[in-house]
Parts: sequence; structure tokens; C-alpha cells
Amino acid sequence: MAVTTTPATAAGRREGDAIAAGGRGGGSPALRSHGITPWLFLAPYLVLFLAFVIAPAVYGIWISLHDWDYTLPGKPFVGLDNYTALFDPDSLAYERFWRSMRATAIFTILSVPLLIVIPLLVALAMNQKFRGRNAFRAIYFAPYVLGVAVVAVMWRFLLDNNIGMVNYYLGKLGLPDDIAWTTSVPAAWFALVGVTVWWTLGFNAVIYLAGLQDIPKELYEAAEVDGASAWQRFRNVTLPGLRPVTIFVLMVTIIASANMFGQAYLMTRGAPGTETRTAIYQIAETGLRQFQMGSAAAMSYVLTLVLMITSLVVFWLLRERSAD
Amino acid sequence: MATATDSPATAGAPPAAAGRGGSGGTRSTIARYLPLVLLAIIIVAPLVFILVTSLKTRAEATSTPPTWIPREITGQAYDEILGSSSTPVLRWFMNSMIAALSNAALVVVTSALAAYPLARMEFRGKKIVFAAIVATLFIPPVILIIPNYLIVGELQWLDTLTAVIVPTAASAFGVFFLRQFFSTLPRELEEAALIDGANLFQTFWRVVLPLSRPALVTLGLLAFLTNYNDFLWPVYVLFSPESQTLPAGLSTLQEANAVRYDLMMAGAVIASVPVLLIYVLAQRYIIEGVSRSGLKG
Repeated sequence: MAVTTTPATAAGRREGDAIAAGGRGGGSPALRSHGITPWLFLAPYLVLFLAFVIAPAVYGIWISLHDWDYTLPGKPFVGLDNYTALFDPDSLAYERFWRSMRATAIFTILSVPLLIVIPLLVALAMNQKFRGRNAFRAIYFAPYVLGVAVVAVMWRFLLDNNIGMVNYYLGKLGLPDDIAWTTSVPAAWFALVGVTVWWTLGFNAVIYLAGLQDIPKELYEAAEVDGASAWQRFRNVTLPGLRPVTIFVLMVTIIASANMFGQAYLMTRGAPGTETRTAIYQIAETGLRQFQMGSAAAMSYVLTLVLMITSLVVFWLLRERSAD
Repeated sequence: MATATDSPATAGAPPAAAGRGGSGGTRSTIARYLPLVLLAIIIVAPLVFILVTSLKTRAEATSTPPTWIPREITGQAYDEILGSSSTPVLRWFMNSMIAALSNAALVVVTSALAAYPLARMEFRGKKIVFAAIVATLFIPPVILIIPNYLIVGELQWLDTLTAVIVPTAASAFGVFFLRQFFSTLPRELEEAALIDGANLFQTFWRVVLPLSRPALVTLGLLAFLTNYNDFLWPVYVLFSPESQTLPAGLSTLQEANAVRYDLMMAGAVIASVPVLLIYVLAQRYIIEGVSRSGLKG
């Protein structure tokens, strides 16, 4: 995958010059001071970056300080009212927002452990040489490339409580065959979590697999020489070696689960009631359907803050344990 | 769907367990493969069933027990959704392709240009620019939704494909990914080109980019898939039937035909074809791109 093409440049002929040039002071004088050139390279990216990342991140704060109804001409400044409303149990926004935060929390807590453990097991099974290995890897990853809309629409069908395949086969196994997977809780949570695991387990497994392949073989050989059992090798070589990758997968998965939207939008439409309407779903509906953008922007910053605190706490917890 | 990707190196090797197990070889081979095959079935069977359902008649699509082989194979569902003016699926298909290709091109070009000075040149402000770009990897996209909607509205882009092409093109991942890649290239070739009198842009264009083709292809594929599959943003910024992308269109289709599963599955199949094709052809790049993204952490 790395460098396969050699450019026309006669590398050999110029080798001496390059070494001579690079030799001076360690750096590369030819690539040192260039005035405005770096900024010309950066310009196209920076235009997009400033316009659609930095500006909105700041503009959002401004919006959140106003009673910003898109459909009304006046957008009066209201200070922190949009934020205080989110912490005032008597306000409408409070009820809507925290109910959706609860939905996001439920989904995250249910889905993250499964998305950490199942892909790890899959990656461990895949981390050996055997016939068809790459084919299995390709199959497990395939649902991820389909995207959430296709996946959610197809599972909405498969989980239909009357004619869905899932209930049909459950009935065949002598289990209840009339579970309302998309219109009742807790069944809807199991459905949303199950579909998400089906959709993304290959993604996490591929990242784990790369981590496993980065663990030096010598460590296993040394452990074997020391007479370590398979379990001891797993416990003392594999798990510590996987630490950085596991933390990465955990962080990415927490963020992804906390941003769950498409599954709920297409499979349950937030049902029953607004029970499975997640925070991001609520923010989008408040801001972009009801056009209460001030309130929605405030919600998005509170959600972000909660997410950051969660990430820091998780990170800190993992740090602590390694210090023991 | 991807059996052709089996690499010769691993295909030739016997299963490790079978080799170790000696006489118990067959049994341990089964023990090794059984869970893998079961999981593969759990992944593949629903996809097959979707395809099968899209080829059924309206009645058979919702009949129980479900049939794995249609009693009557028909293209009726496809005819119906392709012919409907309220759900112009072909138009959505075109929209999705145009949007994803344009966005991928924009991501690759702007990321590559930005990554090069960050990898190779020294200039004031470099650290700040790079830190700002990396920091946005940690900004949850949710805080950008509301303000970007207003910005896009201000630019008169709402309900146009530009709204789903341009705002997501500033890819922090792209810059980070290509900067890492450029840093691994041998400096000597660029220095030789500069000494030969090429300017920095020519060096970038003729030396660095050709050497970086695998990374550029990987980034382009990931950007294409991300844009093609993007759901939340298109659902809210594209309103009229003819401006939808496929994922947003599937939502429209579902609202219009809640229980017409034959139509829904035909729509899902149409939306899947381009990405599955790309996946079959470029699976290596995609999987390696994703697995490398994990190494940044």
C-alpha cells in the first residue's frame, strides 16, 4: 500500500546534492523559508475551515444568546435565558431536552460495552492465519459501507412486528413472535442497539485488528519461552498491547453512540412517544423543524459539554488504573 | 461479495488450529470456523433477504411466512419507484453521485494542499494552524448544525446540492491523514526537484502527489462514502423531492409508503449498489484507511 510508484525524477543522479543540501544543520534549507507560499497552499482549506467550522462554532454561541426564531423578523437578545431554561424544571425546553439526553444516555450505555467487546472477540478470532480470513473481514465490514439510511430502512422491515423476519424466526424458536421492536420500550432500545452493533461491529473490529497486528511477535515468543499459558499470554501481552487502541475505540464509540440519529429517525421516529428521540434528534427538530434556533443551539452546547466531561472522566478512569 | 479479495499469502496457509491439532484437525477446524461462519450469516442473510424482497410482488413482500425464493420474480417495485414523480429515485441517485464525487474531490484537493506545508515547510503560525485543525477533530459536529444551516441559508444554498457538497469539505481528518503520509516520504526527491529549479508547487504536483497516490485514493474513497451516506444534514437542508440525495430520499420514501416494503427495499437496494460496487473494487483501501485511522489515537 505504501510507495509503489517511482517518479520520473532521477533520484540517483541527484542523491549527492540532496545529501549535501540536507547535511547542513540537519534541516533542509531548500524547504525552509518561503514567505507567503505556505499560506497559498493552505488558503483553499482555510477558507472552508473558517467559513464552515470556526465561524459556526462561534456563531452558534451568539445564536444561543438570542431568542432566535428563524420564522420571525426580530431576534431579541436574551442573555443566558436559553441555557437557564434548560436547567429550569418548569420550562418546556427542560422537559424536552433532558428526556432526549436520557434517551442518548440509555443508548450509549447499552451500546458501548457491546461495541467494545464483540468487535474485540471478532478481531481476536481474525488475528490468525487461516483460509478465507480476508473474505471474512470483508464481509464483517460490509454493513458499515452501506450507511445508516439503508441499514435503518432495511431493519425497520426486518423488525416489523407483524410480518418481520425477526419475529417470524423468534416464533419458530418458540419465543414470543409479536414483539413491537419499533414502537415499544424496552424492545426499541434492543432493536436500536442490535442494529447498531450489526452495522458497526466490523468497523471497530478492523481497528482492533490493526492494533493486534502492531503487538510485536517477540513479546509472544518471550512469553511462550517463559511458559505462559494461552490465557496468560492474552492477559499479559495482548491486553496491555491493545490498551491504546482500546481507548481509541472506546472514545470513538462513545462519541458515535452519543450522536445516534439515523437509526432512531428511520426505525422508530422517536417512538413510543418521544421515548427514543435522542439528544441530537431533539436538537435538529427544535432548531430545524420548529426553528427555535436559540434554544437548539444552547442544547447543542450543553450536549457538547456533557460529552466532553464524559470523555474526560472515562479517560481519567483508564489513566488511573494503569498507574496502579 | 468479496471473496475475490482473498490474498494468496493467507489463502495458502492451513488453519493454524488444524495444523496444531493433528488428529483432531477436522474438529478444531470446525470449532474455528463455526462462529466465524455464523457471524457471516448474520451479516449476509439480511442483505440477501432485502435483495430478494425487492424482487417480489407487493403482496408477497409482506406475506408470512417470509419466502427466501420469490414465488414470482418481478421488477414491479423498481418500476414503481423509478416512475414516481414524488419520489424521483433516479434523480436522487444522480444527486448523490454528483454530491459525493464533488465533495470527495474537494476534500482531497484542499486537504492535500493544506497538508503539504504542514508536513514540509517552516513558517510562522504553523503550529497554531495545525493545532486548530486537530482540535476540531474533537468538536462534536452537533454544535455546527444550527449555525451552518443559517450560514448556508445566507449563501442561498438551502435545498441545493451545494449545501451538501461544500460545508463538510473542510476535513480535519484529511489534513491530518495526508500530513502523516507526506511526512513519511523521503525528502531527497523533493530536494532534488527544488535544486533542479522546480518551485514548491511544481515539486508538490510532480513529485509528492504521484508518490502519494495510495493515500489520496484512500482519502477520496472515505470522503466519498462519508458524503454518500451522510444522513442528518441532507434530511434537514434538502426539502424538495428533486433535490434529495438517496439517504434523505429513503426517508421521504418511507414517509410516503410506510408499509410498502417492496418499494422500500427496492430503494435500499438502489442506494446500496454504488457503495457495494466501490467496496468490492477498493475494499483494501477502505479497510486499511479505517484501520490506520485508529493508529492516530
